[in-house]
Amino acid sequence: MRTAIPSGIEVPVVVGPGERREAPEAPGHYPFTRGIFPDGFRGRLWTVRQYSGFGTAEDTNRRYRFLLEQGQTGLSVALDLPTQCGYDPVEPMARPEIGKVGVSLSNLSEMEILFDGIDLARISTSFTINGTAAIILAMYMACADKRGIARAKLTGTIQNDILKEYVARGTWIWPVRPSMRLIADSVLFANEAAPRFNPISIAGAHVRDAGCTAAEEMAYTLANGLAYVDELLRRGGDAARFARRLSFFFYVHMDLFEEVAKFRAGRRLWARIMKERYGIEDPQAQMFRFGVVCGGSSLVAPQPYNNVVRVAVETLAAVMGGAQSIFTCAYDEPFQIPTESSAQLALRTQQIVAEESGVARTVDPLGGSYYVEWLTDRMEEEIRAVMKDIEAYGGAVKAIEDGWLQMKVARRAHLRKQHIDSGELPVVGLNCFRREDEVPAPGEVFRLDPQASARVVEKYAAVRERRDNAGVERGLARLEQAAAKDDENLMPYLVDCCHAYATVGEMVGRLTRVWGEFKEPVRL
Amino acid sequence: MSVAADPRLKGRRILLAKPGLDGHDVGAKVVALALRDAGADVIYTGLRKSPAYIAQVAVDEDVDALGLSILSGSHLELVAETVRELKSRGAGHMALFVGGTIPAADRDALSALGARGVFTSDMPLSAVVEALARALG
Repeated sequence: MRTAIPSGIEVPVVVGPGERREAPEAPGHYPFTRGIFPDGFRGRLWTVRQYSGFGTAEDTNRRYRFLLEQGQTGLSVALDLPTQCGYDPVEPMARPEIGKVGVSLSNLSEMEILFDGIDLARISTSFTINGTAAIILAMYMACADKRGIARAKLTGTIQNDILKEYVARGTWIWPVRPSMRLIADSVLFANEAAPRFNPISIAGAHVRDAGCTAAEEMAYTLANGLAYVDELLRRGGDAARFARRLSFFFYVHMDLFEEVAKFRAGRRLWARIMKERYGIEDPQAQMFRFGVVCGGSSLVAPQPYNNVVRVAVETLAAVMGGAQSIFTCAYDEPFQIPTESSAQLALRTQQIVAEESGVARTVDPLGGSYYVEWLTDRMEEEIRAVMKDIEAYGGAVKAIEDGWLQMKVARRAHLRKQHIDSGELPVVGLNCFRREDEVPAPGEVFRLDPQASARVVEKYAAVRERRDNAGVERGLARLEQAAAKDDENLMPYLVDCCHAYATVGEMVGRLTRVWGEFKEPVRL
Repeated sequence: MSVAADPRLKGRRILLAKPGLDGHDVGAKVVALALRDAGADVIYTGLRKSPAYIAQVAVDEDVDALGLSILSGSHLELVAETVRELKSRGAGHMALFVGGTIPAADRDALSALGARGVFTSDMPLSAVVEALARALG
């Protein structure tokens, strides 16, 4: 058995009280090791938020209504790659990808269909979108405007974290600096217009899933968080205000106590940084609020039903780590888009943890455990050490522009793969307890409606036909002019363009004229 | 433990490419590092390349094999288009491999399109290297 956790910290056979003299502070108190709320999940359960979206807006709207009927409490919109990368569905690079990994949302009319029959004032909606996040946020506000819902009533989260896209996930469009400006624009604008909406979710999840360790995941995320705070301050933002709406997003993999300690350490570190580095005293602005996804690369295709068990263990870690929202992956995700039944089983997994296990009964049930407190301290040290390396290199933005962080993650992924191949990192059904006679991929098969792509293209042509094209052109021209000025907030221009049914590709095209495209530094 | 050097791959030129919009590049990079350890001369295109661009690089760089990495579910379309682009440049003979999130049901279709191997993340790196070495050796 490996005696170190995957982040590399060697664990003793027995952990005693050791050096620690005092118990951590009570939940809801700085630096929030034991949680940000004094009453934990007794006050309010985490948000049950399953990531979902595919094909046309009509297809996805039907899936959302199904999930809401089944007891889901928040929506999480998966968008297709053309929407995420800023291509309209008719462009050659877009055609093969329409509706594949998410729903196609090229303009406001599609969003109106997506949320048909769903009350935007009552549902909390999360959008996993980054390169075009400002545009999708503008579209969501335009959608609320059209329905007569006050923007101030909107709740939810938009990922809007471009830095990690350059490191993993890859839906960047523009160079790093103008992308940072657009993020600051959207955060500052949303703080005013929709103060209950989280305009950024700083995510370590994708870098983790790409291969780095839990400690690195937290360190890279906090380092990116500092880069956003610095950019917002440069733009004249009030830290005590915008910091209240920063949120975070992580993966939960299988090492249960490592995950719990990661969240406890991250919560404490962020609060300390907010206070010590930025002088923020308001507890609300020191609080580290985060959502998680359970599954990802910890799930494997061989013996896929084993993945249900993995997700259940990971959900326990998320709850005992104090997550604010949880997405549980379906067991068939390593090889396909989940079917309705696998999606329901994933949802039931966290409902069983919530309703039957009793784990949410008291706040931070592991608090005070010799091991968990010891490991939280060790994880905090490890996370600080990785953050120091990034700072020594010149900060997150420079490390990403140079491709240095990307190279580190790729090498770490290579190492992790070697550990799995050699059996050093056991994965049941994959490198141990295999069955050679196993039938791959049992159960239902997900098939995207083959007509979805053609319907998206038809609807796109129809919108361009019936909208006021002169009005669209005026809006786009104003957007382009504003983009050329570094201190102009682009959000009002984007909202206007969305109202006029300008398409994502048109808005992206104008901004690219001003900013150019990101040139990917490839280092291996 | 990294993959051992393989004499059959020494100095062979292999292009790894990301066609389409999929941004998940870890698989491609990990395979690139493994093939480099095995002794091959690896070129990686970076993200978001069109099939026409990839086919042109394959021809210009005179590579011995081409690996396409696709995790977005668009593998059938993108592999078919890349094969068309290779053929239109007289490079239809190129040893072609595909890796990514590929449902078992699509393996035969990819083979019919000309893929000499289909790799998924649960396969060990040694198996990927062996498949390339056998094809090029």
